[in-house]
Amino acid sequence: MRIDATNMHFADLNAAVRNDSEEEIVIENCIGQRYIAAGSSERHISVIGTPGNALGAYLNGTSVRVEGNVQEATGDTMNCGSIVVNGSAGDATGYAMRGGVILVRGDVGYRCGIHMKAYRENKPAIVIGGRAGSFLGEYQAGGTIVVLGDRRGGKPIIGNFCGTGMHGGEIYLRCEEIPPLLPAQVRAERVSELPEDVRSLIGAWCGAFGEGAAAYLNASYIRLVPNSANPYKQMYTDN
Amino acid sequence: MNIYIRPEYEVVRDENRCIACRVCERQCANEVHRFDPETGRMIAESDKCVNCHRCVCLCPTHALKIVKSDDTYKTNANWDNQTINEVYKQANSGGVLLSSMGNPKPYPVFWDKMLINASQVTNPPIDPLREPMETQLWLGRRSAAIERDEKGRLKNTLAPQLKLNVPILFSAMSYGSISYNAHESLARAAEELGTYYNTGEGGLHKDFYKYGKNTIVQVASGRFGVFEGYLESAAAIEIKMGQGAKPGIGGHLPGAKISADVSETRMIPQGVDAISPAPHHDIYSIEDLRQLVYSLKEATAYKKPVIVKIAAVHNIAAIASGIARSGADVIAIDGYRGGTGAAPTRIRDNVGIPIELALAEVDQRLRDEGIRDDVSILVGGSIRSSADVVKAIALGADACYIGTAALLALGCHLCRTCHAGRCNWGIATQRPDLVKRLNPDIGYKRLVNLVTAWNHEIQEMMGGMGINSIEALRGNRLMLRGLGLNEAELRILGIKYAGESM
Repeated sequence: MRIDATNMHFADLNAAVRNDSEEEIVIENCIGQRYIAAGSSERHISVIGTPGNALGAYLNGTSVRVEGNVQEATGDTMNCGSIVVNGSAGDATGYAMRGGVILVRGDVGYRCGIHMKAYRENKPAIVIGGRAGSFLGEYQAGGTIVVLGDRRGGKPIIGNFCGTGMHGGEIYLRCEEIPPLLPAQVRAERVSELPEDVRSLIGAWCGAFGEGAAAYLNASYIRLVPNSANPYKQMYTDN
Repeated sequence: MNIYIRPEYEVVRDENRCIACRVCERQCANEVHRFDPETGRMIAESDKCVNCHRCVCLCPTHALKIVKSDDTYKTNANWDNQTINEVYKQANSGGVLLSSMGNPKPYPVFWDKMLINASQVTNPPIDPLREPMETQLWLGRRSAAIERDEKGRLKNTLAPQLKLNVPILFSAMSYGSISYNAHESLARAAEELGTYYNTGEGGLHKDFYKYGKNTIVQVASGRFGVFEGYLESAAAIEIKMGQGAKPGIGGHLPGAKISADVSETRMIPQGVDAISPAPHHDIYSIEDLRQLVYSLKEATAYKKPVIVKIAAVHNIAAIASGIARSGADVIAIDGYRGGTGAAPTRIRDNVGIPIELALAEVDQRLRDEGIRDDVSILVGGSIRSSADVVKAIALGADACYIGTAALLALGCHLCRTCHAGRCNWGIATQRPDLVKRLNPDIGYKRLVNLVTAWNHEIQEMMGGMGINSIEALRGNRLMLRGLGLNEAELRILGIKYAGESM
């Protein structure tokens, strides 16, 4: 089904999506409607335009592709499924996501992948084509974040405070040098060979946006991991 | 150098009664008691005792008691023993002091400074044994637009409501902070009583989805266990912004407490710390809160009320006004005496304000702004008796959350050592040998007993006032009078002094 979202309120648009029986849905002329595909499962939703905040919140298996930029809190607490953004994404992208994958062609804002966590077979992943803002992977507890740092025009690949409070998961940065000023909870190392799951994530990103994989796979990467899975263990005394 | 700190409580054994049956030894997870084969007698190490009274209760000959130690430093009204010991502990370890359960400090309890009215002569009291006395109520947004369909019939525009048979719910306690058997007891009691229990931030165990219609699920900053099925299974969804025992800080379940089962329920790896950050990192304003409220409503097709829980803090009235405008259906306010499975001592004992004052302020502000009917108000932290419930409702609450009282019903003796994870009563622990001590068949009955008894008492007090419906008591502050309160306290509570007439 095709839905023309021009001048539609988000509640009406989302009710139309929810109540539609078709698996394939195309939303055209999207102009900032929030919560599209919230909690959705087993759908394929294409969005043309700019969806509003909390696109794909609690997403539960649906695949979403956006031709345009997305705003804040995309994929909040997403459980499984995929969100592909042919544009850039705002702040708190992938907040607390537990599974599924978010592919962003351009940049992401602050706090991307904050409190992302993995659980058994659920291993969430975010691949960012451009640069990431400050607080990337803050409190990260699991999953994989890859920053490809494309078209960054001499600017740093990540902002400040990357991985503050990180206690699980991993971050891959496509760059030559270990970024300065990483917090104490983070250990940085050069990657000699990209693991297979990361290669396939990068492959998926290239496939989604029609980019050649060679330049991204045959590059140098820095890997960030937490120093300890129990960062606060020694902080307390019984009273 | 560690300075020796003498224990605050001592185990005293009546040697004439003790039969060296070693029950105390088997029952104590803190390993206080041991049998000395040389003398054939039991020995107790008071240093390890947390004063949970498990051994006292189970000793078949009642040979044990726990007494406050009369050992003391030189008496000092400023530097009491506890204060000095805390300095020693921190100098010994360099650690943040960690405590459990509610603030035990001797701050005033305003519930105990308010008295309830009764009818005499001019309007008769009602006998709840022979006349109907309604304690059923609904939580949710009551204001609704009047709309008619093309045939002129009234459309149902009322927001989803939670029906309660009693004005009491069990407050949020996560699986992880309390045990499987404690959760099962709460869930079954809520079902039988026609009320709700709250998962806290620990996810919902797969065995308990069947109690969904009596379950409130929580969404907090860590989002543990939150997914579509979890939201869908519940009767209502609570967004946890804060907790009375530790306003302004997050939660932290140590990796050691993340058992296989807790890991599955929280949907996080085993053995890794579960950290709930202090803020929701996507909420910096009422507009942002509104976004989370509506994302939950959208994900559940507007079928479930959304509760926003906050700690009682200084500007509570303005905050509550914002929440009422965020689209939330219910505001839950948690006072500074609320319990916790672990909180830094200094936060627990020094941050936040009493629930009585917070409730009165919020109710008044929402009335002044004409938005009281846009939300229901739930209060907790701490409600200790049916009289506290009646006073809370008269001050403006719709219903009350009870946590500590419910745990007491399950056997908790308020030793305030939950954070150690060795609860001898099988409540605040994940150790299988300890958890099985709490039998949910008995636990749920005790909870049902407690709430049923309170409900009878509430009906008696309502009858005495000549009020036959709990909803007619809500915000009826003329039913309260203050005693031992100053002008500011009376003004904030919005009540008259005892003896003052209307």
